[in-house]
Amino acid sequence: MSQVHGDTTVGSATHCPYCALQCGMHVANGEITPREDIPANAGGLCQKGWTAAELLTSPERITTPLLHGKPVTWEEALDYTAGRLRAVRAEHGPDAVAVFGGGGLTNEKAYQLGKFARVALRTSQIDYNGRFCMSSAAAAVNRAFGMDRGLPFPITDIGRADAVLLAGGNVAETMPPFVRHLTAMRSRGGRLVVIDPRLTQTARLADLHLQATPGTDLALALGLLHIAVAEGYADLGYLAARTTGFEAVRDSVSAWWPERVERLTGVPVARMREAVRILGEAGRAMILTGRGAEQHAKGTDTVTAFVNLALTLGLPGREGSGYGCVTGQGNGQGGREHGQKADQLPGYRKIDDPAARAHVAAVWGVDPADLPGPGRSAYELLDALGTPEGPRALLLFGSNPVVSAPRAGHVTERLAALDLLVVADFVLSETAAMADVVLPTTQWAEESGTMTNLEGRVLLRRQAAAPPPGARSDLRILGGLAERLGCGEKFPADPRTVFDELRRASAGGVADYSGITYERIAAETGVFWPCPATETETEAGTEPHPGTPRPFLDRFATPDGRARMVPVDHRPPAEDVDEEFPLYLTSGRVLAHYQSGAQTRRIRPLNQVAPEVFVEVHPELAERLSIASGDLVRVRSRRGAAEAVARVNASIRPDTVFMPFHWEGVNLLTNPALDPMSRMPEFKVCAAALERCTGGDSAEDRERDA
Amino acid sequence: MRLVVVGNGMAGARLVSEVRARDRHVKITVFGAEAWQPYNRVLLSNVVAGTSRPDQVRLLGPRWHAEHNVTAHLGVEVTAIDRDARTVVAADGTREPYDVLVLATGSEPVIPAIPGVERATAFRTLDDCDRIREAAASARSAVVIGGGLLGIEAARGLAGRGVPVTLLHVRDHLMERQLDAEAGLILRETLGSLGVAIRTGVTVTAVRERHVELAGEELVDADLVVVACGVRPVVGLARDAGLEVERGVVVDDELRTDDPSIFAVGECAQHAGRVYGLVAPAWEQASVLADLLTGADKGARYRGSRLVTRLKAKSVELAAMGETHLTDEEAEIVRFSHRHKGTYRKLVIRDGRLVGAILLGETSAVGTLTQLFDRGGPLPGDRTGLLFPGVGAAATADNPTRMPDSARVCQCNNVTKGQIRACWESGARDVEAVAAATRATTGCGGCRDAVEGIVGWLCEQEGVSA
Repeated sequence: MSQVHGDTTVGSATHCPYCALQCGMHVANGEITPREDIPANAGGLCQKGWTAAELLTSPERITTPLLHGKPVTWEEALDYTAGRLRAVRAEHGPDAVAVFGGGGLTNEKAYQLGKFARVALRTSQIDYNGRFCMSSAAAAVNRAFGMDRGLPFPITDIGRADAVLLAGGNVAETMPPFVRHLTAMRSRGGRLVVIDPRLTQTARLADLHLQATPGTDLALALGLLHIAVAEGYADLGYLAARTTGFEAVRDSVSAWWPERVERLTGVPVARMREAVRILGEAGRAMILTGRGAEQHAKGTDTVTAFVNLALTLGLPGREGSGYGCVTGQGNGQGGREHGQKADQLPGYRKIDDPAARAHVAAVWGVDPADLPGPGRSAYELLDALGTPEGPRALLLFGSNPVVSAPRAGHVTERLAALDLLVVADFVLSETAAMADVVLPTTQWAEESGTMTNLEGRVLLRRQAAAPPPGARSDLRILGGLAERLGCGEKFPADPRTVFDELRRASAGGVADYSGITYERIAAETGVFWPCPATETETEAGTEPHPGTPRPFLDRFATPDGRARMVPVDHRPPAEDVDEEFPLYLTSGRVLAHYQSGAQTRRIRPLNQVAPEVFVEVHPELAERLSIASGDLVRVRSRRGAAEAVARVNASIRPDTVFMPFHWEGVNLLTNPALDPMSRMPEFKVCAAALERCTGGDSAEDRERDA
Repeated sequence: MRLVVVGNGMAGARLVSEVRARDRHVKITVFGAEAWQPYNRVLLSNVVAGTSRPDQVRLLGPRWHAEHNVTAHLGVEVTAIDRDARTVVAADGTREPYDVLVLATGSEPVIPAIPGVERATAFRTLDDCDRIREAAASARSAVVIGGGLLGIEAARGLAGRGVPVTLLHVRDHLMERQLDAEAGLILRETLGSLGVAIRTGVTVTAVRERHVELAGEELVDADLVVVACGVRPVVGLARDAGLEVERGVVVDDELRTDDPSIFAVGECAQHAGRVYGLVAPAWEQASVLADLLTGADKGARYRGSRLVTRLKAKSVELAAMGETHLTDEEAEIVRFSHRHKGTYRKLVIRDGRLVGAILLGETSAVGTLTQLFDRGGPLPGDRTGLLFPGVGAAATADNPTRMPDSARVCQCNNVTKGQIRACWESGARDVEAVAAATRATTGCGGCRDAVEGIVGWLCEQEGVSA
């Protein structure tokens, strides 16, 4: 499709459909080429990006609404859905209808979904899969800095740092072009420290790898902080000027001397000291966390400990240094700002704040008293489905919880117990396959809208291809349902109209987008929030607010402008290993796939590289259990069992097995124990047992026979 | 419930914080004989060595007590327990009734009864550290009596401050409880190279003004004398109250004494015949007791602790755990000794489990070994990797020319060496041409050197064969 003059929302220059790096790419006639003008990827793409167009024309696309598995017209599907929603609400009350969103939805969709729940459905029961993703880091940095922007600095700052500590992130597989920034840093002499229970592709790039026991990142962070204080790396001037609470934190880490931490984490003291020395002696240093450190029932405290370490070293709010969390999902940042979270209203406002309710209700043209209060968090919501107290109908957009939720077997049972399950998707995902109604949507390059990447940079996704006949955008679907529920005028289908309303709703909030326009994003290749609609007097006249690449340089977003240091303490995993389940099970990603794999498993080249679920087993463990690479093995936990192909590999700890989560499998086993603050489930560690599947030949036998 | 804790050291303070973390309402009163806010005794060696300042080793402060609603009587010694009235009596006349009483009175240094010993300084409290640091500032020589863990840490710390120091030990080798003779010897040589003179098998007979006197009347110069001859449990209060006391206050798996309302934790307690002098067991006990007292886990039981000793002395890496003295007849022993380099590694294995280990000189294996020891996990059939981490992990063929054609060069775009070769064969002569054809290098960019190497090598081959 050629660029239409004057319309910024149409054209080939768009962004990748997958992770939070949101690599810039051109899509033209089904061909993809990388954009050089987007700093996050600067001309790079991984295989997922290069092959993304295949799904636009995939035979697995759905383009006709399905009602109980049979093709129907849009009128029939929407009439049926709205009718059932009305009936459930009439019988059981508004909270009997729930909404589940996703971190891959554009800002416009995330905003509209939250508004749809509160205004059209008047339900409090809305949350999204980002709860499984960013919520621990969000809770921790909201507490510490008063604002949750994943990287509070442009990604290009990483290339100019002298040291980076990456805790629990495998960017070489999850967002490969990110590595370009680490490589730039290292080629200037900067050093990389990686904390991971596996020797991942990212850990192989590191100057120092701390191979901690799963579930002990918090102890490790406390030990590093102890060493930083003991060895005189605390920046006392900065601590006095820019933080509160250091003394209590310092006293609390007195109990985490390195030898004690070594015993818990398995990381030798000498390596901890080396890590602190690398950070402490760097001119510019960064501490970054990923899901490996965050997806725990103590994820918020773990991030808090790393933030405390960064603050002790005087990093946040100094140009070129800082703490950041590496957001995962495509719009993981924007998706957590505009109201699809159970406790939140647009602009990163709190739903229990009367001023926030009044502001948003005015934008929405409703009485603040009619806005529901906070609802259940994601796992709690899924867990309650179809129970006497829980929702009886669910609308699901941009998520595949049958694969991605913890204790997925149970979640599938809950979904099956619903009176009504409606799924909007562009492929028949495992969850969509269970739905009463499937609504086929347009995807990524077929629509326009904004995405906020891991830097907090708001980007423009342009429509680069025509959608197939039959598919409708999520916004249009919400509009169609709203119309049938009697409030269609409040739910326009045009993204720009929705964005303009989002700007007003976010104005004055923490994540203020009011000064951002599609035209500015196009002209400036992205605008960093907060960007209020204010103008500054300059000699040349008035200038619009420039956006905020580095929000904490002068002050943190707390009432007194200081960062809050809060003491935290380590605790063991919610489920530790024992005789029956003697191994730690952890999970993560592989390069070829994204999230639940609903998209990438349908792309041939990606499926060829990574066709099946596997379990990584250390050679020592494999020897003990007589397992060879290629054997079919069974992994069990207290919640379920999954079969997978063994990959014997010395890059993992002998006491741990790893499974990727892009297939149905590992999440049948994972533990839904929740973080008390963020409600993040403990995806990254549980107790498991491993055995070779009997009845089948071992790989060795097959080789012999062959 | 009214909980009274006697002792505000590492065990008592830990118990208080563990109870408070589980129950915000129970009324807690704690007595501490020292006026100091509790501090981390493990770090006192660092204070002597000058690597930690005294203000960096504090545990719970008065503000914590206030914020957590704990009544703390610091600098107030408890002098009696009135078990009939369920009340403790303090030196300042305070009478504090309890429903549950926990004794955490700790231990006191053993001071040998030799003439002049009052001139020496013990090494037990923050006050002791102050005295040692003050004396070290002007001392021309120092003697440390006692070649156990604390004595070695004190001697190493003094040597690090530039004070010529002699370590005197009555036994034949250092740390004889944790180390075998060979490890003791190598440790002695390592410390010697760091400026600590060591005499073993010697008995001190007197402490004089400027030296100590050994049996045989030999004199060793000493402006400063530090005594580190071990500790003994403080049990007077318990004994006077009529509780069962052997070496320590006898407790069961619930840390309960023979009075059902009175418990004991830490170095004053004796469990299953053992009295522990390390902090880890004390904290394990505190956690179990907190579970029991608050009802957080009524099934919690203390079953004894596995001991891991880590020496905290600059430039001396030493870890010792479990039963290190078993012989080849009693256990499977794996040993590597390189005295010249100050390296010694020993594994003691029984029934396929690690029951003891010594690592001296280089401790990169310590994390793995401690965890195998703590969990009693099964060991790999080949023990080599346990002593030498990394051995056995095959070195990857980094040189692109030696890779097989099936080797994946570009992870991000799944490009093999064979594909790059095919690409070269169809005319690509530089990285850009290969990238355009295969997308190699366009992801993370990390394989650029490898692709360059392969293309360059193919070009060279062409030149050779042409």
